Amino acid sequence: MIALLVRDLRLAVRAGGGFGLGLAFFLIVTVLVPFAVGPEGETLARIAPGILWVGALLACLLSLDRIFQLDFEDGSLDLLATAPLPMEGAVVVKALAHWLTTGLPLTLAAPVFGILMNMQAPGHWWIFVTLLIGTPALSMIGAFGAALTVGLKRGGLLLSLLVLPLYVPTLIFGAEAATRGGAGMAVTTPILMLAGITAGVVAFLPFAAAAAIRINIR
Amino acid sequence: MTKMERTKQSRDAWNWLWEWANPVKFMHLTGKALPWVVGLTLVTLIPGLIWGFFFTPEADKFGSSVKIIYVHVPSAMMAINAWAMMLVASLIWLVRRHHVGALAAKAAAPVGVVFTVIALLTGAIWGQPMWGTWWAWDPRLTSFLILFLFYLGYMALWAAIDDPDTAADLTSVLAIVGSVFAVLSRYAVNFWNQGLHQGASLSLDAEENVADVYWQPLVLTLVGIVALFVALVFIRTRTQLRRRRLHALELRERMADA
Amino acid sequence: MELTVEGLSVARGGMPVLEGLTFTLTTGNILILRGPNGSGKTTLLRTLAGLQPPLAGRIGLPPEAIAYGAHADGLKATLSVAENLTFWARVYGTTDIEPALAQFNLKGLRNRAAHSLSAGQKRRLGLARLLVTGRRFWLLDEPTVSLDQASVGLFADAVRSHVAGGGAALIATHIDLGLAAETLDVAPFRADPDRPTRTPTAFDEAFT
Repeated sequence: MIALLVRDLRLAVRAGGGFGLGLAFFLIVTVLVPFAVGPEGETLARIAPGILWVGALLACLLSLDRIFQLDFEDGSLDLLATAPLPMEGAVVVKALAHWLTTGLPLTLAAPVFGILMNMQAPGHWWIFVTLLIGTPALSMIGAFGAALTVGLKRGGLLLSLLVLPLYVPTLIFGAEAATRGGAGMAVTTPILMLAGITAGVVAFLPFAAAAAIRINIR
Repeated sequence: MTKMERTKQSRDAWNWLWEWANPVKFMHLTGKALPWVVGLTLVTLIPGLIWGFFFTPEADKFGSSVKIIYVHVPSAMMAINAWAMMLVASLIWLVRRHHVGALAAKAAAPVGVVFTVIALLTGAIWGQPMWGTWWAWDPRLTSFLILFLFYLGYMALWAAIDDPDTAADLTSVLAIVGSVFAVLSRYAVNFWNQGLHQGASLSLDAEENVADVYWQPLVLTLVGIVALFVALVFIRTRTQLRRRRLHALELRERMADA
Repeated sequence: MELTVEGLSVARGGMPVLEGLTFTLTTGNILILRGPNGSGKTTLLRTLAGLQPPLAGRIGLPPEAIAYGAHADGLKATLSVAENLTFWARVYGTTDIEPALAQFNLKGLRNRAAHSLSAGQKRRLGLARLLVTGRRFWLLDEPTVSLDQASVGLFADAVRSHVAGGGAALIATHIDLGLAAETLDVAPFRADPDRPTRTPTAFDEAFT
C-alpha cells in the first residue's frame, strides 16, 4: 500500500501541475469573486469562508477524474485488481494521494487567500481547521465518483454531476463551522458533524468505490 | 440463477412476491393488472382533482391558492417515495440479481424526477402569494432541489453506460450511497436554515393541519397519484424488459454472424 | 500445485462466448491457447485471473498463485524502468528486480523513463513484471505483440526457466514460441448462439 502511495505521489510530482493546477484555480476563483461582488471589505469578509470553501471544493473536483482514469487506460487497474492488494486498500491509498496533492495544499493556501477576501483574525484559523477536517471527505467522495465513472469516455462531466450533490452536507457543515468560528461563535456542533462525515465516508465509501471499480473492469 | 438460490427461493414464504421478479411472470402479471391500476388512477385522480379544485371552499388566509395542494402534496410525496422504491428495487437487483429490480428502478427514475419538478414548480407558484417569493432557501425546498440533482445524476449514469448489466450494478451502488447522502443532506440543510415552510401537511393527526373539507379530496388524489405512479412504472418497466430482450437478441445475432 | 477448470463457461457483455471448458494445468507445464480473434481467449484469461465472474463451472486455484499479463502493460510513462518494476515488486512483496532486468535484457535501460522506450522494449518491461511477482501460474494474453525475433527468444527462455523452476504458464498466442507445450484450441467450445440454453443466463432463462 505504501508502494502505491509513493508511486502515485511520484507520478503527481513528475506530471507537474499535480499540486499547482488546483492551487492556481483556487487562487483565480478567489480573485474573481471581488470583481463580481464589489470591493467592499465588509461584504467580502462576510462571504469569505463560504467563497473559500466553494473554491476549494471546485479545485478539488478538477483533478478527481485522474484518480483512476489513467490507471484504467494504461491497464494498471486490471493488474492492481489481480495483485495481492485489496481493492478497498488501493481506493483509500489513491484517495489519500489525491488529498495530499490537492486537499492539503488547498488547506494550507486558504488562510493566505483569506487575506484577499479581507478575512479577519480568527477566521484564518477556522478556515484552515475546517478544510483540514473536511477535505479528506471531499477526496474520498470524489474517489467514489471517479470509481463509478472510470470506464466511461465522457466521464468528466458526469463525474461532476454525480459528485457535487454528494458534497452538499460536507460543504454545509464546513462552511458553517468556518463562518461561526470567524464570527467568534460556538463551532462544536458543525465541527463534530463535519468530522463525523469525514470519518463515516472514509470508513464506508472505500467498499462502495472498490465494488464500483470491480464492476467497471470486468 | 444457481441451484442454491432456487432452493432458497422455493422455501421462501414470500414466494408469491418473487413471482414478480421473473420477467416472464412480471410481463404476465402486469399485463393483467395494468388495466385495473389505470382504472383506479382514473376513478381517483380525476374526481379528486375536480372535487379539490371546484367544490372546496376558499380558505380565509390562503384564498383559492390553497387548491394547489391537490397537485403539490401528492407530487411531493411521490417524489420521495419513488426514490425509496428505486432504492428497494436496486437492492433487490444487487442481492438477488433479478433483472426486473434494476429495470424497475430505471423505469421509476424519470417518473420520480417529473414528480420532483412538479412539486418544486407548484411549490414556487404557491409560495409566491403566500410568502411573497418564488423561491426561498427553506430546508424543504432545498432538500427537494438536492433530490432533483440526485435524480439527474442517477439518470445520467444509466444513460452513459453501454452494457446494461454494468449500468444496473453501478446505478444501484449510486442509489444506495445517494440515499445515505440524501438523508445526510436533509439533516445538514435543516441545521443550516430553519425555514418558513409549514410542517408536513400530512401526519397521523392530520386534522390539525388540514381541515376535513380539504382532507377528503386530498386522500383521493393521494391514492390516485400512487396508482398513477404504479401504472407508469409498470408500463415503463415492461418497455425496458422488451428493450433488454431485444438487446440480448441483437447480441446473439451478432455472435451468430461473427 | 495445479489449476483446474471444470465445465467453465465465460461471458462477454452478458453473452456466453465459451462453454464447457475443462482442463488442468499442473506446475512444470505450459498450455497454449489457440483460436481465432474474438473467440474468447481474452475473456477466458480474465475470468481465470478473477477479473470477471464465470457464467458457470468451477475454477480450482491455489490462493495467491496467479500473475496476469494483459494486452496493456500497466507502465507509467514518467517512471523509469527500475521504478516501474520496483513498484510491482513491492506490491507483490518481493524485492529483487535484478533477475527480471537481466532476463529481459533491460539492464542498460534501467534508468530510462518508460515513455522513451520503444514498443518492444515496453513489452519486455511488461513481461519482466511477471518475474518480480513471484507467482507460479502465469496467465498471458498475446505476450509477444510488438516483440522482435530476438525478444521472442528472450521471452521463450524466460517461460522455459520459469516452468523448469516449478512454475506454469497459460499463454494465448498466435505464433509458434518453440516451447514444449500442450495446445488447447478453444474453437470447439464456442458458445452456440442458436442453442442458448446450454448455459442459460438468468435473463435468457426468464424468457424461454
